[in-house]
Amino acid sequence: MTETAQVAIDPQPPIIEFAGVTKRFGALTVLDDFNFSVARGEKVTLIGPSGSGKSTVLRILMTLEPFQEGRLTLAGMPYHEPNAGGPFKASDAHLRQIRSHVGMVFQSFNLFPHMTVLRNVVEAPLRVLGLPRGEAECRAVDLLAMVGLADKKDHYPAQLSGGQQQRVAIARALAMRPRVLLFDEPTSALDPQLVGEVLSVIRGLASEHDLTMLLVTHEMRFAREVSDRVCFFDKGRICEQGEPERIFSAPEQPRTREFLASVLG
Amino acid sequence: MEWLSYLPALSRGALVTAAITLSAIAIGAVAAFVAGIARVEGGRVLSTVALCYTELFRGTSLLVQLFWFYYALPLVGISFEPVATGILVLSLHVGAYGSEIVRGALQSVSVQQHEAARALNFGRAQTLLHITLPQALVEMMPAFGNLAIETLKLSSLVSLISIADLTFRAQSIRNLTLDSAGVYSLTLVGYFAMSLVLMLVMRLIERWVRRGAAFPRAAHS
Repeated sequence: MTETAQVAIDPQPPIIEFAGVTKRFGALTVLDDFNFSVARGEKVTLIGPSGSGKSTVLRILMTLEPFQEGRLTLAGMPYHEPNAGGPFKASDAHLRQIRSHVGMVFQSFNLFPHMTVLRNVVEAPLRVLGLPRGEAECRAVDLLAMVGLADKKDHYPAQLSGGQQQRVAIARALAMRPRVLLFDEPTSALDPQLVGEVLSVIRGLASEHDLTMLLVTHEMRFAREVSDRVCFFDKGRICEQGEPERIFSAPEQPRTREFLASVLG
Repeated sequence: MEWLSYLPALSRGALVTAAITLSAIAIGAVAAFVAGIARVEGGRVLSTVALCYTELFRGTSLLVQLFWFYYALPLVGISFEPVATGILVLSLHVGAYGSEIVRGALQSVSVQQHEAARALNFGRAQTLLHITLPQALVEMMPAFGNLAIETLKLSSLVSLISIADLTFRAQSIRNLTLDSAGVYSLTLVGYFAMSLVLMLVMRLIERWVRRGAAFPRAAHS
């Protein structure tokens, strides 16, 4: 398939589609009539000043935050059921169905401190997907090998460095085989010398054709390297978006230029 | 040695005290978990019921509760054996305090743990059972240890609804011999010995709950 044909005829509907979504925390509007869609398998990086709504987009997608207006769909499935007893509500069963397609990696790792590394990765496939223990452990060991931590499987999170904990958290999210994987500032809580090992794991995932990735990060060089598209957020909207080369080398909006100048120094 | 002759009767009383205390701890723990979990996870109706139970039993005197169940309840046709009444009331009383321990510990589990569980698509019951409760249990143990000792000491009040526990036996012997110093000294020693054993057992349970290197505190101890 040629490059032009790929762009011109998109046979797949977007896997994620925000249409006029508004999210408020009390009087504060975090997302303002927000429109955004992501194609299947696309790797999108969200950048922008703090408080601009990037993390909120991920948290809404993970069903950690409700929103007040608009429509959001995942692979055509709306987040809100029309007959769930009120506007912008959905039943637990419906939300769990949505969650089964989405995974998330948190800034502060959020591993379960009372479980070994292996159990952290095995627990959800075992309890939620109902996989047999042998199969779940097989999958977990493979994933831990992939993130380079096969030898740490019997350690507890408290015995690992931040970088190692985050790699376990990535393996844990992947064990549920999500179609969409969300990274919420995955390296922001790490010491500078540990950032690289986490980024290299994410870089490996970026070559997975079917996995849709949304990444909120302040690592601009990394964003430029792995993303298909970079979105610059400002005041609850996408101010400018495009291919990373263009955004980083020739930003059109003054706000984008200002922001990039401040973070790239 | 006058006081040697008290020992058989006091020992029989101590056995009753031990039996009542252990039963009340066991039943009280069940009440504590049921009410504590209902407070946190129960929805409006269940958590209100649990709140009423907790505040009613924490807010009134154990002695009056015992009298009420033993003397007042039979007036409406409900009556139990004294020992059953004693165990029931003591269990409900310490269960009310225990439910606050369970509630506090469950609520101290960080929001991030709940979010991680939700991101992995755990259901509410699974999150409670596998994620939050095991972490909360570690937090509960020191407070539960205190409550167990407290239960032992509170159990002396059941002597006032004619149960022949250690305190009741001590009173009877003193009334016969008028040897207050000897009888009550022995009784204190009896309670103290039992509470030492209880403390030891609770410490062992706590260590078992903290097993493995699960938490930084335990990892270096």
